[in-house]
Amino acid sequence: MPAPVLKTVDLSRTVIIGPETRPILQNISFAVQPGEVLAITGPSGAGKSTLLRLLNRLDEPSSGDVLVHGTSFRSLSPRELRRRLGMVMQRAFLFPGTVYGNVRYGPAQHGVPFSNRDADALLEQVGMAGYGDRDALTLSGGEAQRISIARTLANQPEVLLLDEPTSALDPDAKQAVELLLARVVRERQVACAWVTHDYAQARRVADRILRIEAGAVTALGTPAAVLLEQE
Amino acid sequence: MLRLLFHTQLSLGIAQAGFVGATALIVAMLSWRRGARAGAEIPLALVRGLAQILLIGSILALLMRGPWWTAIPLLLVMIFIAATIVRQRVPRLPGAYTLSLWCMSAGAGGVILVMAAAGIIDTRIAMLVPVGSMIIAQNMNIQSLFLNRLLAELESHRGEIESALALGAQPEAAVAPYLQAAFHASLIPATDNLRSLGIVWIPGIMTGMLLSGASPIYAALYQFVILAMIFTAGGLSCLTATRLAPSRVFTRFQQLRTGL
Repeated sequence: MPAPVLKTVDLSRTVIIGPETRPILQNISFAVQPGEVLAITGPSGAGKSTLLRLLNRLDEPSSGDVLVHGTSFRSLSPRELRRRLGMVMQRAFLFPGTVYGNVRYGPAQHGVPFSNRDADALLEQVGMAGYGDRDALTLSGGEAQRISIARTLANQPEVLLLDEPTSALDPDAKQAVELLLARVVRERQVACAWVTHDYAQARRVADRILRIEAGAVTALGTPAAVLLEQE
Repeated sequence: MLRLLFHTQLSLGIAQAGFVGATALIVAMLSWRRGARAGAEIPLALVRGLAQILLIGSILALLMRGPWWTAIPLLLVMIFIAATIVRQRVPRLPGAYTLSLWCMSAGAGGVILVMAAAGIIDTRIAMLVPVGSMIIAQNMNIQSLFLNRLLAELESHRGEIESALALGAQPEAAVAPYLQAAFHASLIPATDNLRSLGIVWIPGIMTGMLLSGASPIYAALYQFVILAMIFTAGGLSCLTATRLAPSRVFTRFQQLRTGL
């Protein structure tokens, strides 16, 4: 088995609300291999999205570690960590301007040259060829999410963190984006942590499933094993 | 009518203040009855404003014959108090007081210092304190508007900002569009004042200069000078804020703070 690209060790987050210290996530440990999709499932409020935010360091873990190719996240700058762990959010949140501008945004932040031709190749990969000059804010939800995926891929991430990327889409767009992401993970051999509350989707896309309830891991295994246990 | 009833300047002044204060209170009461939150603040603001301006008038009367530099501690105290008032407008912003203090020192403080040194502001106390206080007060309003608008922008664009951070953007780059929006919005009143000067309104200082016998052209030019100084001070303080604010709204791990 290849070494994991992404590994978490006892990752926890607590927040202080008034006089009370409330645990949000407790001792989450898992690893994801290159080309593997780990679906993170659980009921609403279980801490799934918080977990992704900790991995991308948009929120700060209270304890535990995140290892990227064996390197602790604390020894990487937040910007470098975020480049290597690309995140696609539930809503696309495209920036004002053209699609090209959006796709080039990540590389530009890191001083990496990225031509329109590079952007075109990515847009073709996500099924949005010819959209480069379009106004990003006029796109439909499905189109915007595809651009958001292209924008994340432009940074050449080693890990894809997907936070319910299809939950705001209609059924057709949902299926198309799902297929696109599965293909991207396979072709680029990135490790993928995919948050979804949809068990049918988890069964379709995941190699393994991590189930979280009330901030703690309650199951980790193959889709068949985890979903069978649940049923 | 009041002039017929009150014959000394002091008694006339008290009567005038009482009359307009009562009018403002009626408006405040009507606003409060219509559910405007600001309605409740107005009576306190009126009493406070009256007490403060009387205090300053008394201090000016005492200092009038003193050396020019006695204006410096007075203006500094004004800047400190202005920073406190700005902080009250953005209570959830960490370090809002020191941020405002730096920004207004750079804006109002810098402009007063340079303009006084250049001889544009008369260094006699009777001119330096009122003109300086005008610049500080307007600077305080601009600073409050800037920070208030910035926090509103951050709240409504959290998704875009975190998307930019997630792509590896520097915090300064992630909030740049919202700093620009706050900058623009905060300077709208000062810009409009300049644009409408003489057409929509004739400001108080010009009226005062005319009443005291100054040439109308010089009074007009000096009024422009004051508004331009207010604009410059506001711009400088906002420029300083655009440099300093990101460190207040992000954690040291480049995370956008929650609950701003």
